[in-house]
Amino acid sequence: MSTTLARPRGHRDPFLRHHSKAVVGLAGWIVGLLFFAPFAWMVLTSFHSEADAATNPPSVAAHLTLHGYREFFGASTGASPWPALINSATASVFSTLLVLALSIPAAYALSIKPVRKWSDVMFFFLSTKMLPVVAGLLPVYLAAQNLGMLDNIWLLVILYTTMNLPIAVWMMRSFLAEIPVAILEAAAIDGAGLPTVFRRIIIPMAAPGIAATSLICFIFSWNEMLFAQVLTGVQASTGPVFLTSFVTSQGLFLAKVCAAAVAVSIPVLIAGFAAQDRLVQGLTMGAVK
Amino acid sequence: MQKARRPAGSHTAAASRQPSGRARAWARRAPMMPALVYMVIVTQLPFVATLVISFMNWDALRPEERGWAGFTNYKLVFRDPDMRASVITTVWLTAGVVLLSLLLGLGVALLLDHKFRGRGAVRTMMIAPFLVVPVAAALLWKHALYNPEYGLLNGALTWIWSLFGSDNPPQPDWISSSPLAAVAVSLIWQWTPFMMLILLAGLQSRPLEIIEAARVDGANAFQIFRHLTLPHLRRYLELAALLGSVYIVQNFDAVFTITSGGLGTANLPYTIYQTFYQAHDYGRASAAGVIVVLGTIVVATFALRTVSTLLREEKTS
Repeated sequence: MSTTLARPRGHRDPFLRHHSKAVVGLAGWIVGLLFFAPFAWMVLTSFHSEADAATNPPSVAAHLTLHGYREFFGASTGASPWPALINSATASVFSTLLVLALSIPAAYALSIKPVRKWSDVMFFFLSTKMLPVVAGLLPVYLAAQNLGMLDNIWLLVILYTTMNLPIAVWMMRSFLAEIPVAILEAAAIDGAGLPTVFRRIIIPMAAPGIAATSLICFIFSWNEMLFAQVLTGVQASTGPVFLTSFVTSQGLFLAKVCAAAVAVSIPVLIAGFAAQDRLVQGLTMGAVK
Repeated sequence: MQKARRPAGSHTAAASRQPSGRARAWARRAPMMPALVYMVIVTQLPFVATLVISFMNWDALRPEERGWAGFTNYKLVFRDPDMRASVITTVWLTAGVVLLSLLLGLGVALLLDHKFRGRGAVRTMMIAPFLVVPVAAALLWKHALYNPEYGLLNGALTWIWSLFGSDNPPQPDWISSSPLAAVAVSLIWQWTPFMMLILLAGLQSRPLEIIEAARVDGANAFQIFRHLTLPHLRRYLELAALLGSVYIVQNFDAVFTITSGGLGTANLPYTIYQTFYQAHDYGRASAAGVIVVLGTIVVATFALRTVSTLLREEKTS
């Protein structure tokens, strides 16, 4: 915002402007800290001993220990979370790859060379997102039972792909629509076939959009719990399902509960913090550059 | 936007070299087909199956009694007070969380749209709640914040009271005294950053020259907000509300974790999960599912209409 512009009215003198700026900054910091506090408390408690974690009033200055994490990763008590975390990673990565493989060509057909009634197709994709997942859960459960796919990680890959594909098509379409037609036409005149155009022009130009889409699909897959809770058991259970074993946990394990919450969230936290701007781009479905 | 100006199926100069119109139309459609076929199979078939099962007597524990039931399951669902209660809970929870997180998100986005020292740090702090796995967030609220004996909320009350020399602070049991609010607050904490990110993107895409011009013309901050910012933000507000509703109406994690559906917090996803997973009454769970879908279609029709204005604006822009 320019401050050098002449202001015809005198109601915004520099002194007042300076102060309102400080007030905005202060308010911003207060709100930010307020939202951050529960998160910070979770991280801090995860590094406390169980005795320090369960005090009232809270002991902020207690000494730090990795005890909670050692407990969570199964050094002494309980099952190891590693199989569940590996399952989460498998389901999230493979379903994200499958979503990309399906959504990029679809977005091409819906944006660069739009098929007739492309907006109807877009609405069909979005409308599947409106269907409550619980309504389809039972037939999926029965089908999986008959096919012997219960407690199988690939069933989750299929379902997470379903869950993310509509949003991915919407996002990818708006990203591909940004590619200037002139470049594609020039490539066609130079004799480039569709595969070449994809590899040399579309994929590189849409790379930021592809990154944003992948990030959001990964986060939603990693976070999913209902399908995993109902359709997996021992073999294919995921990180969030592993966490539900702490639902009835009592106060003696507060540090362990917080360590578990942090540990399972780590991949999403790293990906999200590292790619904040991509995240914004993805959430607005590419409507913002 | 360039591509909108290209009408679908237009006859370009290259058309003469192309095969017949129908083959060309299929070639155009082909890249879209895998995704489309996939979605039809994986979303529409299960729904048809749900529809069929909803007209059946099907109790997993008594397989020999399987048979057609007509509308019995629907009658049972409509008469079931738990089911009716969960509809009301769902509406309250969704509307409350979406509206409050949207308002809070707008407020924070307006703050963060201004330059101040450490703005980037504040934005990063704001995003943290959105990046915590939902079950983990629900566990955090249930055990580390709401717990009446050692939770942070009551701990903070103890600390504040002790500052004033009192050793008799109020120690409410947050989850039992207001269970639905307890669930809602944890969800608002998670979803406000989501709303904030979308609205902040909207604010930062405003054309600044127009705002400067309005300011030079003597418009005050409120007038600028009312007549320039808000109309520009409309599509972002709609998008945020739509996406937020789609996810929050289906919330399962927070209800499951914080209250296990007790104390009047069972929403529809949780109630259906229970009917099917614990009561093993497949017919009734399916009937409930069909009713949820019908209800959702009504809401979604309105929602899709708002999105269609998004597409239309894009077409004409």
